[in-house]
Amino acid sequence: MTDATLTRPAFRRGVPPQLIGLGALVAFFLTVELLIQIGVINRFIVPPPSDVIGSFGRVIVEEDVFGRFLLTLSECLIAGVLLTVVGVGGGVLMHRYRLLQQACETWVAAMASAPIVLMYPLFLVIFGRSMWTMIMMGFVAALPPVILKTLEGLSGTRKVLVNVGRSFNLTPSQQFWKILFPAALPTIFVGIRLGLIFALINIVGVEFLINFGGLGQLINELAERYDLPGTYAAICFVILVSILFFMTLEKIERWLRPFD
Amino acid sequence: MLTPANPTTQAAADDAILVVDNIVVRFETPEGPIVAVDDVSLKVKPGEFLSVIGPSGCGKSTLFNVVGGLLSDHQGTVNVAGETISGPHQSIGMVFQEESTFPWRTVTDNVAFPLELTGMPKAQRIERARHFIALVGLDGFENRYPGELSGGMRQRVSLARTLASEPKILLMDEPFAALDEQTRLLLGDKVLQIQQALKQTTLLITHNITEAVQMSDRIVVMTYRPGKVKRIVDIDLPRPRTSEIVGSEAFGRYVAQIWADLREEASRGMRDEEKHTLEHHKGGAS
Ligand SMILES: Nc1ncnc2c1ncn2[C@@H]1O[C@H](COP(=O)(O)OP(=O)(O)OP(=O)(O)O)[C@@H](O)[C@H]1O
Ligand SMILES: [Mg+2]
Repeated sequence: MTDATLTRPAFRRGVPPQLIGLGALVAFFLTVELLIQIGVINRFIVPPPSDVIGSFGRVIVEEDVFGRFLLTLSECLIAGVLLTVVGVGGGVLMHRYRLLQQACETWVAAMASAPIVLMYPLFLVIFGRSMWTMIMMGFVAALPPVILKTLEGLSGTRKVLVNVGRSFNLTPSQQFWKILFPAALPTIFVGIRLGLIFALINIVGVEFLINFGGLGQLINELAERYDLPGTYAAICFVILVSILFFMTLEKIERWLRPFD
Repeated sequence: MLTPANPTTQAAADDAILVVDNIVVRFETPEGPIVAVDDVSLKVKPGEFLSVIGPSGCGKSTLFNVVGGLLSDHQGTVNVAGETISGPHQSIGMVFQEESTFPWRTVTDNVAFPLELTGMPKAQRIERARHFIALVGLDGFENRYPGELSGGMRQRVSLARTLASEPKILLMDEPFAALDEQTRLLLGDKVLQIQQALKQTTLLITHNITEAVQMSDRIVVMTYRPGKVKRIVDIDLPRPRTSEIVGSEAFGRYVAQIWADLREEASRGMRDEEKHTLEHHKGGAS
């Protein structure tokens, strides 16, 4: 066991901490359950975890959770692809053209902290009550961190690596693909990860607000029916979407950068 | 494009392969223009090991960048095999002062980098890379990433990568400056061994006298601000040399001679910096 840990750290390392994390989660829910059962926490405000687990079956069967889950998931996926293409592309262009960077960087940064979700009526008018309202909302709100992190990664490439490229007479495109891009990749991934968080929050938020499609709408409906265990069960599915994305992203990153 | 080094241009009238002529570099700074390199000329013959030594801040790295073609804003010319260069040149391979391996590539892929640019087929370039990896003594580490290696090993990877491009002239800027003394000495032996085996024309920038005397055929001593050539010393020690030569009497004489030259410059440099700091403080206080 110790031998295996030493020789194959990448494989073994993840297992025990994950178990500890899971254990902590279980312990937390048990504590909440206990506090509710003995009356310290009001069960009409926080439903007991056992009720939430019990309501999973009902929510899955009666509320078409899988269909909604898939809808929210595909909205996030499309927004994520758009984000990666446009955000990374935008960062690259801003790095390449100094003027563009000087002109845009400040307001892109300002946009990152603006509550763009409040613009949903505008998006509703443009895209109608369709999944594209959610997708575009998530996409626009999540664009700034992807652009900024891409730019940061590219500009942060160590000067000496750029000089190595120059000393080997690289063409501009070789310089980009063989040096700048791989050097910036970890930072770009941070941007994409941040972007996906923004996108998921905004997508579920707008589903909730306009009461259309997906898990956000389900949460809205269940909350209005005051079905608290059901609401929390639906929230668990949102968390599942997020976990799926992070796991996929981590897989991709490990595949691209097997060494760290 | 990078093509394998081959003698396309005929040798210059004299037998020097690298001719640096009247290089002047000025930098604009907030305190006014400074002359970092002032009228430096030098010649390197094929197969020769030439060192440039000078106190910190005398313009060595600036000269390195000019010869490597990375700094184009200068007066004077750099000639390689009779051809005046403007920008990086395939005949010159550079090894940098800072750590410069690609952390996202394995040792093999780092060393194969210049070969990849020539479009060499994969199997062939891996074989070539292996050859240079063995040359710097890193066999067994082919599939490691730089993050898994020590500083000295990484510097050897950089050296192997540059050697793999088979430059006519190897240009190094304090490649061992960040290493401890023992590693530095052993790596020096390695470089010397490789240089002799390949008959590699080498221009080494350093501030280490021992290193310079141990390796060089000639040493160019530079002055501090403006960076001029103060003296050129021929090192007449038998080859092959290893770090053991450091104890010999002749070696000691060379070191003493160069130290005498350098001490003057280094202390001038330090006085200069002290004056600068003092003025700075006065300026800040008033
Ligand atoms: N881009 C620059 N702009 C302004 N001044 C510069 C620039 N690069 C170097 N200098 C100045 O030129 C002088 C020479 O610098 P250089 O880096 O060539 O010194 P060096 O001899 O390599 O020093 P060291 O041994 O410490 O590496 C220094 O005084 C430095 O402050
Ligand atoms: Mg330097």
